[in-house]
Parts: sequence; structure tokens; C-alpha cells
Amino acid sequence: MEVFIIFIWAVLINNFVLAQFLGICPFLGISNKLSSAVSMGMAVTFVMTMTAIVTWPLYHLILAPYKLEFLRIVSFILVIACLVQFVEMFIRKMSEALYDAMGIYLPLITTNCAILGFALLSVLKDFNYLESIIFGVGAGLGFTLALILMAGIREELEFADIPVCLKGAGITLLVAGILSLSFMGFAGLIRIS
Amino acid sequence: MTPQARSLTFEFMKGVWKENPVIAQLLGMCPVLAVTNEVKNGIAMSGAVFFVLTLSAVMISLVRKLIPPQVRIASYIVVVAAFVTIADLMLAAFFPAQSKALGPYVPLIVVNCIILGRMEAFASKNTLGRSVIDALGMSAGFAVALLLMCTVREILGAGTWLGVKVLGAGWFDPWVVMVLPPGAFFTLGVIIGVSNFIQKKGLGT
Repeated sequence: MEVFIIFIWAVLINNFVLAQFLGICPFLGISNKLSSAVSMGMAVTFVMTMTAIVTWPLYHLILAPYKLEFLRIVSFILVIACLVQFVEMFIRKMSEALYDAMGIYLPLITTNCAILGFALLSVLKDFNYLESIIFGVGAGLGFTLALILMAGIREELEFADIPVCLKGAGITLLVAGILSLSFMGFAGLIRIS
Repeated sequence: MTPQARSLTFEFMKGVWKENPVIAQLLGMCPVLAVTNEVKNGIAMSGAVFFVLTLSAVMISLVRKLIPPQVRIASYIVVVAAFVTIADLMLAAFFPAQSKALGPYVPLIVVNCIILGRMEAFASKNTLGRSVIDALGMSAGFAVALLLMCTVREILGAGTWLGVKVLGAGWFDPWVVMVLPPGAFFTLGVIIGVSNFIQKKGLGT
């Protein structure tokens, strides 16, 4: 698969939130304000890229040669947890502004199923190192795109007259359905096996 | 809080309806949306969650006094990850077709908020018996929500239930969108809306 096609596939066609249902918790929880959506998206994209850089060698150079594939769930989750912790400390030391922008969202990312899901999917898809990193960047940007779109819509929804029983999660899911429906339109963009 | 004062039936039923992990607490949404396009996938997923949640609750409530509070979350994750690995391998060995259909969503039970939430909120503070009842209730609640989703989606989307034709072929055109991703969002949104509606009216406590 070409690198560019993987990128488009990850951002638009197989969007992590709207087509794969990964990272639904932050999608429902943090999408009520545009500014926090941008920060969360940045943090996820960053950690996902780092995860791609670390988990690919871990799986293909350590786990696979020694026939330890069954340890992938445990080892991936531990690596992601350590990585997030490390990235948080690093950003706090490096840049105060960046830490304020995305720091508080970092600890939440450990249990974000988008990250672990991404690591497992890229093993499942048999990507090489470069493809896996591109897939990580694309998936992160796709997540950000979905989150920003949703936040924009939800800011407008505040003024809408919605039935009481649908307020909150109900209407958010219905809107996500419509968004997902419109993202299905991208499916014809490229042909993929 | 006096947990001993509550009956075991209450402990079980709260998971099924009042504190239903999916419909009332909005936890563990990823598998609920992702694997509910067919009833048999829903059954397999509920089984896996039941297995992991119950065994992790047994384990955690047995060792809860030995775990230092500072590292408790990390310990929960390792225990849960071990059981998820077992569930994943068992599913792949006994039901290869289901394992393929569920894809990465079985390993993703590790980061499912229902499991960690119950470990933190219940199993780490209660006795073995109570933790097991709570875990059974929560799994039952999860299964109810999942089966509800699957039933609606498979019947409307394919006209079948567990592979058996329910809606006649002559007059019913399957709504293909219901088995595709948007259908999952629509179905869950409507189910949550209906459940809020019922609770506001004070029915079905």
C-alpha cells in the first residue's frame, strides 16, 4: 500500500472515531468546547505517533522473533502507560505553554482505546515501520478532525431546542451518526482491498 | 456507606438497570457500537466481558489488602490484561470465526472503562462474594445493552435475528445503514433517549 493512500485511508475513509468506534469516551466527553477538542486532538496525535515509533520495533524485533506474540496486549498497554508518563514529564520541562495546552489530557490518554486499538490494528494490518508511523499520524489527525467537527456542532447545539430526554449523550450520538453517514461518502475516494 | 446493609439482589439488579454500565453510565461504548451489527457478535463480546470482569473481580477482591494504594491502577491493568489475553486466545481457539469478526475489540477490553471502573469502585473495597455478584450484575447489564443494540440493528439492517429470517423478504427491504457505522450511533442515541424518558416518568425502577 502506498504511504499517501494509507494516510487518506486513516484520516477520512476509516476514521477512528466515526468508522472504527475507537476513542468514543473522549469523543463524547471532551467534545463540548472547541478549544479543549483541539488540545485533546493534539495530545492524541502526538502520543499515537510516539506509540507507532515504539510499538513496531517492540513487536517485530522482540515479541515476534521469540514467539511471544501472546504477550502483546500486556506489553503494549505497559509501554503506552510509560510513554504517556514520560511524554508528560518531558513536555512539562520543555514548554510551559504546550503543557498548559495539552498536559491535562495526557494522563487520560493511557486508557483511551484509540491508542491501544491503533497499536493492535497496525500489527494486524502487517504494516512496515514507515507505514505504521504514517498510519499513526493519520489516525491521530482523523481523531482530531472528528473531535473538532463535533465540538463545533455541539457549541451550536447549546442554543437548540432539544427534547429533554435526548439532552447530553443522546443527541451527541445522533449527531455522530449523521457525521459518520457523511464520512461514508469518502469511501469512494480510493479503491482499497 | 454500609455495603453490608444492601441485599445481594440489589447488588445484582443495580448493574442490570439502575446503574447499567452502558445505558446509564455511558461506559465501555467502543465495543457496544463496534460489534453490535450481528447478534452472534454481541453474544461473543458479552461472553468475553463476563469472563474478564468476573475473574478480575475475584482476583482483585482476593488480593485487595496486599496491593499498595499507590500502584493499584497499574496492578488492576496487569491483572485485567492477563485475563483478556486468556479470553482472546480461548476465543481464537474455540470460535475462530467470531474471533475474526470481533478483531481488535476483544484485546481492547483491557482499556474498557467498565472493567477498570468496577475494580476501582467496587472489587477493591468489597468482599469476594459481593464483588462477584456486582461483576455478574454489571456483565448482565452490559449483555442486555449489547443484545438490545444487536437485535435492533440486525433485524432492521438485515431482516434477520441470529441468522434466522424475521422480517419477510417480500415486503421488507433491509435498511443497510443500520449494520454500518452510522446505524450504531443512531440506535444507541435512541436507546439512551428512550431510557431517559422512562426514568423521568418514574417507571421501571
